[in-house]
Amino acid sequence: MLRRLQLSLNKEQIKYLAILSRMDIQDSEIKDVVDKLSRIVEFVDQLQAVSTEGTEPMAHPLEQGQRLRIDKVTEDNQREKIQLNANETNNGMYLVPKVID
Amino acid sequence: MIIKEIQNMTLCALKQGMKDKDFTSLEITEVLLSRINGLGATLNAFITVTAEQAIKEAKDADKLIATGKDKPLLGLPIAHKDLFCTDGVLTSCASKMLHNFIPPYDASVVKNLKASGAIMLGKTNMDEFAMGSSNETSYYGPVKNPWNLDLSPGGSSGGSATAVAACLVPAATGTDTGGSIRQPAALTGITGIKPTYGRVSRFGMIAFASSLDQGGVFTRSVEDAALLLGEMAGFDENDSTSVDVPVPDYLGGINQPVKGLKIGLVRQHFDAGLDDDNAIAVKEALDVLKDQGAVIIDIDLPNIELSVPTYYVVASAECSSNLSRYDGVRFGYRAENYKDLNEFYCKTRGEGFGAEVKRRIMTGTYVLSAGYYDAYYLKAQKVRQLISQDFKKAFEKVDLIAGPTTPSPAFSLGAKMDDPIEMYLNDIYTIGANLAGLPGMSIPCGFVNGLPVGLQLVGKHFGEESLLQCGHHYQQATDWHLQIPEQFK
Repeated sequence: MLRRLQLSLNKEQIKYLAILSRMDIQDSEIKDVVDKLSRIVEFVDQLQAVSTEGTEPMAHPLEQGQRLRIDKVTEDNQREKIQLNANETNNGMYLVPKVID
Repeated sequence: MIIKEIQNMTLCALKQGMKDKDFTSLEITEVLLSRINGLGATLNAFITVTAEQAIKEAKDADKLIATGKDKPLLGLPIAHKDLFCTDGVLTSCASKMLHNFIPPYDASVVKNLKASGAIMLGKTNMDEFAMGSSNETSYYGPVKNPWNLDLSPGGSSGGSATAVAACLVPAATGTDTGGSIRQPAALTGITGIKPTYGRVSRFGMIAFASSLDQGGVFTRSVEDAALLLGEMAGFDENDSTSVDVPVPDYLGGINQPVKGLKIGLVRQHFDAGLDDDNAIAVKEALDVLKDQGAVIIDIDLPNIELSVPTYYVVASAECSSNLSRYDGVRFGYRAENYKDLNEFYCKTRGEGFGAEVKRRIMTGTYVLSAGYYDAYYLKAQKVRQLISQDFKKAFEKVDLIAGPTTPSPAFSLGAKMDDPIEMYLNDIYTIGANLAGLPGMSIPCGFVNGLPVGLQLVGKHFGEESLLQCGHHYQQATDWHLQIPEQFK
């Protein structure tokens, strides 16, 4: 059963989507986001009218399955080179804000 | 004199010139670097110019050439879209999020072209994370169209297209998720090919929508596209969607006659929305192919108009998932002030992504969220199947499908930025090939109001050869591809 779809989004929904996406949206941005996202949702909503009964969803453009490989180490350890991109490291570890009090 | 010749030359001509000792790889490299930093600077086509490295590589290539060594691309200069990872060279994806990202490895495309002897002159500008059709979403500012600096070159690979069109470089790589190679190729008057999904490795190509993304090339002739594609394509262990099908000799097979080739003309492509003069240019191009012995057959793709909404569900969903990796921990932008881990993520992502990228991430999050998944995402994947089946049916009757690449020539910078739907509809003719995983190519086929427009050819899966043959024959009979914008002659 499909839930009745919402054709325009409101400010609260946008704020909730921003939380789900872990992405701050500034108050100054919000009007523009509400407006444009509502238009996008309205636009893609035309798909609802298409009859797709008996049609399998398409998961791969070439209808190929997943290729498997032998589980073996193929990479050299280059931690130092890789960590040159990190903002904060200590002793080969990545540092993040305190997670547990 | 020689400088003028070098800048306008194709890869094939440059290769011959080096062989004949008319000039060296170093001379070519110096001529082009001075154009990139001089006349070309106003176009904003490059994010990074790797001059020092290029000069070193050119000198090395000249040494090899002197000893009689040969490689298919030895000493030939190219540029890479700033979305392909390059070992030790900034790869920003035109985003603040990756403004400081120096990859520790080369993308397979970069590696393959390097192994074939190509020299990288730099990394080209693009829409942020390849999300855009006008190159205006770049963190580094928009690229300008060399035919008129007030216009957009298209996107997302706008920098690569502009660099090739303005003769700053003979060829450049690009990626195409919904038209990002073909549309800018059309709007800047050059050749651009997006191969079959799985033909070119996506390893080291920064992901936007993984079931649609495919790497390809921009050149000033179909012959060059055949040469370059042959070197970058091929199976790659490191990409689980790479397909293990041998790469044919594209360049060697390019002269195969087009006599008897059945070309389908999509009725729906000529409905309202297509600029009249653009339609005339496309029909005239087909007359040229008809004169060469091709047979034109009308075909239908009944669901093709659904390709844009389908794409914006599928691509956004995949983007929201792919871009969740940008968390400020291991690489890329990191916010400065935060109270806890959650705020750290939210600020990093809120500050690091631009407006269009944020919209697509939120659209994707919306269509994948509980209660909406079936209605949007699953539905779109079913419609995608219908569109794909339409192509399959069409290819029972024809070898190739032809039509316009874009609805109209290049538009003004800023013209479509306030209306996402109008911007998205610019890709109406190109998106179908991505949804179905088919190869597509755009070649210049005329001018509308002094601006170039493109003819799009779409082939069967792994049918790149027939696209290249058909395009090459067309370019033997026409000179649209030889036109160079006045200011950059």
